[in-house]
Amino acid sequence: MKSYTDKIKEIAKRLLKEDKVDMVIGYRKGTVPLMHQPFFATSEGEVDSFVWDSNCGLNLANYITDRKERIGIVATGCNSRNIAVHVVEGKIQRDQLYIIGIPCQGMVDRHKLAAMAEGNIASVEEDEDKGTITISGQGFSKSVDKAEVLQENCSICVHRNPVLCDELVADEVTEQTREQADPYARVREIEAMSPDDKWAHFDDLLSDCIRCYACRNACPLCYCPQCFVDESNPQWVGKSVDPTDIRTFHLLRAYHCAGRCTDCGACVRSCPVGINVRDFTKKLEKDCLELYGWEAGLNTEQRPPLDTYKPEDPEDFIK
Amino acid sequence: MKVIKIDKNEWASGLEKLRSAYELIGPVKEKFYHAFQPLESGQQPDMDYINTRVSPKYVIYPQSELILECSLNENDEDYKIYKEPEKEYTPKAILGIRPCDADSFSLVRRNFDTEEYKDPYWLRAYEATTFVGLACDQPCPTCFCSSAGSGPYSDSNLDILLADNGDHYLARVLTEKGEKLAAAAGWSQDAGDEADQQIDQKKQEAESAIQSRVNTDKLASQSLLDLYEATDAIWEKEAFSCINCGTCTFVCPTCWCFDVQDEVSGKKGYRIRNWDSCMYPLFTLHASGHNPRGTKVDRLRQRFMHKLKYYVDKYENGIQCTGCGRCVQLCPVNIDIRRICNMLNSYDPESCTCEVTAS
Amino acid sequence: MVNPYIPYPVRIDEIKTETEDKSLKTFKFVFLNPEDEEKFAYRAGQFAELSIPGLGEIPIGIASSPVEKGFVKFTVFKTGKVTSYLHSMKEGDIMGIRGPLGNWYPWDLLEGKNVVIIGGGFAFTTLRSSIIYMLDPENRKKFKDIHVIYGARSPGMLLYKEELEQWAARDDLNMHITVDGTDDPEWKHHTGFVPTITEQEAPAGTEDTYAIVCGPPVMIKFTQPVLDKLGYTNDRIIMSLENRMKCGIGMCGRCNIGKEFVCKDGPVFTLKQLNQTPKEY
Repeated sequence: MKSYTDKIKEIAKRLLKEDKVDMVIGYRKGTVPLMHQPFFATSEGEVDSFVWDSNCGLNLANYITDRKERIGIVATGCNSRNIAVHVVEGKIQRDQLYIIGIPCQGMVDRHKLAAMAEGNIASVEEDEDKGTITISGQGFSKSVDKAEVLQENCSICVHRNPVLCDELVADEVTEQTREQADPYARVREIEAMSPDDKWAHFDDLLSDCIRCYACRNACPLCYCPQCFVDESNPQWVGKSVDPTDIRTFHLLRAYHCAGRCTDCGACVRSCPVGINVRDFTKKLEKDCLELYGWEAGLNTEQRPPLDTYKPEDPEDFIK
Repeated sequence: MKVIKIDKNEWASGLEKLRSAYELIGPVKEKFYHAFQPLESGQQPDMDYINTRVSPKYVIYPQSELILECSLNENDEDYKIYKEPEKEYTPKAILGIRPCDADSFSLVRRNFDTEEYKDPYWLRAYEATTFVGLACDQPCPTCFCSSAGSGPYSDSNLDILLADNGDHYLARVLTEKGEKLAAAAGWSQDAGDEADQQIDQKKQEAESAIQSRVNTDKLASQSLLDLYEATDAIWEKEAFSCINCGTCTFVCPTCWCFDVQDEVSGKKGYRIRNWDSCMYPLFTLHASGHNPRGTKVDRLRQRFMHKLKYYVDKYENGIQCTGCGRCVQLCPVNIDIRRICNMLNSYDPESCTCEVTAS
Repeated sequence: MVNPYIPYPVRIDEIKTETEDKSLKTFKFVFLNPEDEEKFAYRAGQFAELSIPGLGEIPIGIASSPVEKGFVKFTVFKTGKVTSYLHSMKEGDIMGIRGPLGNWYPWDLLEGKNVVIIGGGFAFTTLRSSIIYMLDPENRKKFKDIHVIYGARSPGMLLYKEELEQWAARDDLNMHITVDGTDDPEWKHHTGFVPTITEQEAPAGTEDTYAIVCGPPVMIKFTQPVLDKLGYTNDRIIMSLENRMKCGIGMCGRCNIGKEFVCKDGPVFTLKQLNQTPKEY
């Protein structure tokens, strides 16, 4: 993705040089494969560290919450939607931002690749023309189609182009239609389960959770000064690894994200033990679409549906 | 020191013999990766594992552990009087633990076993455990154990060191505990005169396969306050990407901090200790609302200063890290202790600069 | 192996509301097992964890003095979950005390010296313990001049009012009580902030004079330059810190300032020591 990287650097340098922004937020090359690091540049020299490829998975909207500076920020489709949510929720002003839009071709799933590797991955190569990813390490090398190892949220994404931006680094990519992407296939699978099977599914899903809160803290929506799990008076949730408390945390957090989540996948990407937290959030995204015709972060004016009331809101789920 | 030979086809039957005297714990493949788990009857440890994501510290130091309990029934004589719960510390054997993970227990012991106070839960669990380590012949690209005071064949906190030698293990029996376990398993075949040399040879090969290292030679002589105050040169930039989750601390074998919480269930009160993390604002928040480490820069600095300076100064025994590389691999935003260690080591307070290494 | 996490069971023997806003109460505890009192032998300046089963623990400075026998006392400000619950408890209720914890004011060093105690607000508790200790007939002769400067927002917010008056009436103690302001025409002590009264009343800093300072951050911030001006060197200014704590025995990792734990290496430090640590308190 050299062309993207070069263009990002060019724009960032210009913005800093012309004093349009105080800082530019992007990614620098990580110290381990499959992992680039959110990074800010305040000088043209630092801009040279910027990189773009399929390993820029953490949502940069995390890094603008309540900031006072004028910020240039690199943003994909989902990142731009989270920036829009931030603007709607008053966490940043639109005119503080210069959004460098990325027509996104998806991020690769580091958990999936790690599981495929026959050992530790020492390096990763991306061939843009062939659309392949090659992972290699001691005694192995393996090439796969990028499409096969995309993060699941990326492979079903219908908003790859930024919805909000000041300048694009390349021509827009073709969007898939919802019919092509079928984003709720997995939700339907779970919905079709019997109550017992659902219980078993979610029990198993959370069985490895160590309550490190990486999912919460990687989420640009989770900016509360004090999360409900940390409140002590009253204390809503116990703090041990008791399964009831772990379930409560995940369920309530998902609800707090309902109608705000853009399915950026940062939660899943961050989880050190590979829990697919999106099994919760995707269901709520589907409900918001079906009940309210709502998708989060498509504009900077409308508040999310659970944050507003209209007399004609559906209520047949109240029994 | 005695070296014995354990044929791999006698390994499983030896383990079965151990079961009457030990609870066995070993690496097993779960959904996607390995974890240390109690081995059920007939279940074998997967000795070909890549290191586990969560370290085996929880075998000695569970993430949540009941430490006291009491009756909340007014009619009971000992109403509201906290007591130690009855717990059995039956002998356990951790099989196949990596030397770096085993070494972490000696580091953590310095916290829980002090002149003034002893943590009975940690110490009893530790003393009840026999450590059967598996030397590491294929270090990960992120392993830097040999420059962090440990090593792929480090045996300083093991009772037995196993070196994989094709169809058999060469087992260095290091302690009385180790002898007892070997005897219980019926492993007694003398490995011959050259076994010691063979292990040393393998050790050299493994050490030379380690690609990653940290520089720690100047940490002790650096001024604590100089490093603490290196905000512009180090802390602000390195903390930027931190999201203040607890991943690094929870997967770390040497992070020992904990929280104490009371819970009530029915007519009983429980005091539980849970792993805690210096990355969380709540860790240091006063009841008044004041927070001495109120920003993420403060908290990230605490983690690395603790491991790389406070610990170094306090115990004069190296860094609080064994180089297992878990935090490097699992940090969701790629904060790399190797990079920060090298920055601290090379920091020059005169010019306020440090060397920045790629990894 | 002694289990350092098990509290001694105690009964609340007496509860006294100290201040007009009822935010501070003094709890007098009696040990359920008399032999525990000996095990709880403490020095003035130490603290303990007050333990409410099923709810939690809080670190509180010991307000009673080692020379007072048969009970221990703590004055508690109502602020968080545990302290709020404690304020609702009754005489006769059972709870626990774990300690004594931490270090104490350097009594051996202070022998033969002038001691100036400077306190503000509800941080006066271990200072009460210290004053009672020093005024004990066995101990008073060990110290030269003793000055106490103690301030609160208003007369109704002063702790231990009866004792303050008794101390003010003594001739072997220089007592300087002050309030930020009052409309009480009968008020016969100082009016003004603690740093100001310190400047007026504290003796000059000499090799033989030590100041113990305990109070809210703002008081400490403005008292420190006054002490500098009066000639107190940093190693003769003694302070007691507070930080969030859990274990109280230097293991749980949260209360550190650099490599020192406030719970175990402190809470008492000289200003000289504090100048060598990060200001994370």
